[in-house]
Amino acid sequence: MTVITKQPVNPTAHLTPEDIEAIGVELDAIRQSVLDDRGASDAAYIRKVVDVQRKLELGSRAVLLASVFPPAWVAGTVGLSIAKILENMEIGHNVMHGQWDWMRDPKIHSTTWEWDNASTAEGWKHSHNEIHHTYTNIVGKDNDLGYGIMRVDEDQRWIPMYLAQPLWNFINACFFEYGIAAYDLELGKNLSIPKDKRSETFKKNAANTLRKIRKQATKDYVVNPALALPTGSFLPTLAANFTANLVRNVWSHSVIMCGHFPEGVETFEKKSIPENETRGEWYLRQMLGSANISGSKAMHLMTGNLSHQIEHHLFPDLPSNRYAEVAPKVKALFDKYELNYHEASLPAQVYSAWHKVVRLSLPNGFLETTTVKNAPEQLKTLWAMTTKGPKVRRAAQARLTQQARRKQMTQAA
Amino acid sequence: MSATVSTTAETTTEATAPAAAATTASAATTAPTGPRPTTGRPSLRQRLRRVAEAAVTPLELDDVLDVFHPLRKGADLRAKVVAVQPETAQSATIVLKPGRDWAGHVPGQYLRVGVDVDGVRLWRTYSLTHGPRVDGCISITVKAIPDGVVSNHLVHHLTPGQMIHLGQADGDFVLPDPLPTKLLMVTAGSGITPVIGMLRNMFSRATPVRADIVLLHSALSRSEVIFGDELRQYAAEGRLRLVELHTDRDGMLDVADPATGLAALVPDLAERTTYACGPVGLLDALEAHHGEAGLPLHIERFRTAVVATGEGGTLSFTGPTGGGTVVEADGATTILDAAESAGVLMPSGCRMGVCFGCVLPLREGAVRDLRNGELTVAQPGDGVNIQTCISAAAGPCEITH
Repeated sequence: MTVITKQPVNPTAHLTPEDIEAIGVELDAIRQSVLDDRGASDAAYIRKVVDVQRKLELGSRAVLLASVFPPAWVAGTVGLSIAKILENMEIGHNVMHGQWDWMRDPKIHSTTWEWDNASTAEGWKHSHNEIHHTYTNIVGKDNDLGYGIMRVDEDQRWIPMYLAQPLWNFINACFFEYGIAAYDLELGKNLSIPKDKRSETFKKNAANTLRKIRKQATKDYVVNPALALPTGSFLPTLAANFTANLVRNVWSHSVIMCGHFPEGVETFEKKSIPENETRGEWYLRQMLGSANISGSKAMHLMTGNLSHQIEHHLFPDLPSNRYAEVAPKVKALFDKYELNYHEASLPAQVYSAWHKVVRLSLPNGFLETTTVKNAPEQLKTLWAMTTKGPKVRRAAQARLTQQARRKQMTQAA
Repeated sequence: MSATVSTTAETTTEATAPAAAATTASAATTAPTGPRPTTGRPSLRQRLRRVAEAAVTPLELDDVLDVFHPLRKGADLRAKVVAVQPETAQSATIVLKPGRDWAGHVPGQYLRVGVDVDGVRLWRTYSLTHGPRVDGCISITVKAIPDGVVSNHLVHHLTPGQMIHLGQADGDFVLPDPLPTKLLMVTAGSGITPVIGMLRNMFSRATPVRADIVLLHSALSRSEVIFGDELRQYAAEGRLRLVELHTDRDGMLDVADPATGLAALVPDLAERTTYACGPVGLLDALEAHHGEAGLPLHIERFRTAVVATGEGGTLSFTGPTGGGTVVEADGATTILDAAESAGVLMPSGCRMGVCFGCVLPLREGAVRDLRNGELTVAQPGDGVNIQTCISAAAGPCEITH
């Protein structure tokens, strides 16, 4: 993906400034329609989800006390995985967004919620709510695009390190909660600063995160397994907790990748964002920078309604149970203004996102120019680009780009 | 003369809240949830609790226990609605089973109740209308007033089995011990509510109460008298002398009028200690009258906390960071901008209403959402969290920061 301003045809070129402001007005009206009848049934919904999640988690943990018996292990692990996913996605993420603050219930409030995750609520609210949701998909500002460690855009110069990014992405998926914690702390950036020059804020946040991780690990890997000791289920319980965390991590990583990463989701150049971006312009960026996942009600619930990523990015503070009902209105608006409403099934979006990770792990044009016939030759080029200095890399890259362009032209003709 | 003035709320109007209740509220919300202070070695119970806390983090053990037993000892104070009994067409008595931590009350006191109306938790204050009861329940009597969101919900929509939130009882509008031998109760409308609690308590004692009581009660009409049958029954039994005034027939009571006022209705007024509860006008007149005559008076004032709404207003920041800064803000400037330009260090984030990084509790006042013009009003003690980056003052605001 290339930032929209560098694409041959900017997908927003057909919109006048008046169009963009009109889009803003229409979206505000959609938002207001939900605010106007937000009420008791919404409150009942989130309380029900919280109630079910707590009972499911407690029930699963109870079953795991006897997890030395395989059926108990399976049932407990499945239950705990689902409970952890619900807690992070439909409850934690959305409560911390302030979606339920209007209820004035201190128990379900963005200022008091702490979630079942290695990252602290405080850190998450800053990096996610403030940075990611404000500067969505602006290359260099929104770290969600690549967590600062991946090549997510053709314009990022390719270096051999990126060959490992599919592997790195997989490891990140497995330990995603720690990835998020590190990302909230801007760990990479901060660790490169000499120890005595790191900010007090960073030191405080790092200490808080370590404390949180310790508490989380104590719960999952010490206390709960220890409680299962009487049935001889220490190790099975520990394994069950590890598995549930793994499942939750991979699942949330997949959902989050689907939100902004599939092919066709737009990114933006920092300098192309006006100093005083209007509400309409901000809305437009959110519309183009997100992708939805289509699927069943259960799927929407398990993704925390991030399957309605477009609606979520337009209205991050509307209760998540309302995204499904505003989606058709939002989609109609996309159609009206001839914009691409990016929606596909979960397998399709996950494939697309992974395809992009793999494609960008290779030099630009490499996949396009590779066929079965020339594969050995291409691999030799890649080997050379990897092992022989920048000069060779530049030359080979120029050749690949030229070949890819030529191929594209012949195909077009 | 001894004139004690206590303030209470919402017996006649919705938009009322006593200053005292506000302090109760903040005390209630900061109730300790962690382990209790220890001396020396932790007890077995404390150690078990610590293990349980470690097993359920990031939840607190109380959050988990709340799922199963919301009325237990140590929980935030709640109550289960036992019954909703109609009193008049527009008023009802709500019988509540409070949680184990209910500390009890003295008749005449009030409490704060928090109910979810259309999904939003709203707090109001009501007088307790029973003395301590054998069944451990407490009761409030609520009059639904026009446009009263909470009072209408309580009278018309509350059903037995529902859970509501409570604060502890508070207020010093209570009878002394020993009782004065001669009492005058002056009440109007739902101002009867704290007094009925006192009366019921006195009359249900094992040893008969030896007090000479005159109750002067004013209401719109005979059918509007809350507890009318009960009061008339007391009068018939000779437990008190009841003087009923119905404004539809008798007009408003003019306290100082020698022909129709207090002196005419209660000839031995000078020998009585007066307890009064009702609308502002009545209480002001009583204060003036008793002050002049040098008579003892205890009043429960229904303070109307009219939250003034308009364009812009004075922002006062109370709390460690705000340090009492007072800022004048117009109706088009966000609270965040106004406070920052006055040098207050404010939490902030996206500055566009998205991230909720700027949320601060509005202790009292009204703000307008600049995106859609919607008003958010906080009664004293509510502590409604508002997003300062998209809210402008719509009247004087007190913000905790």
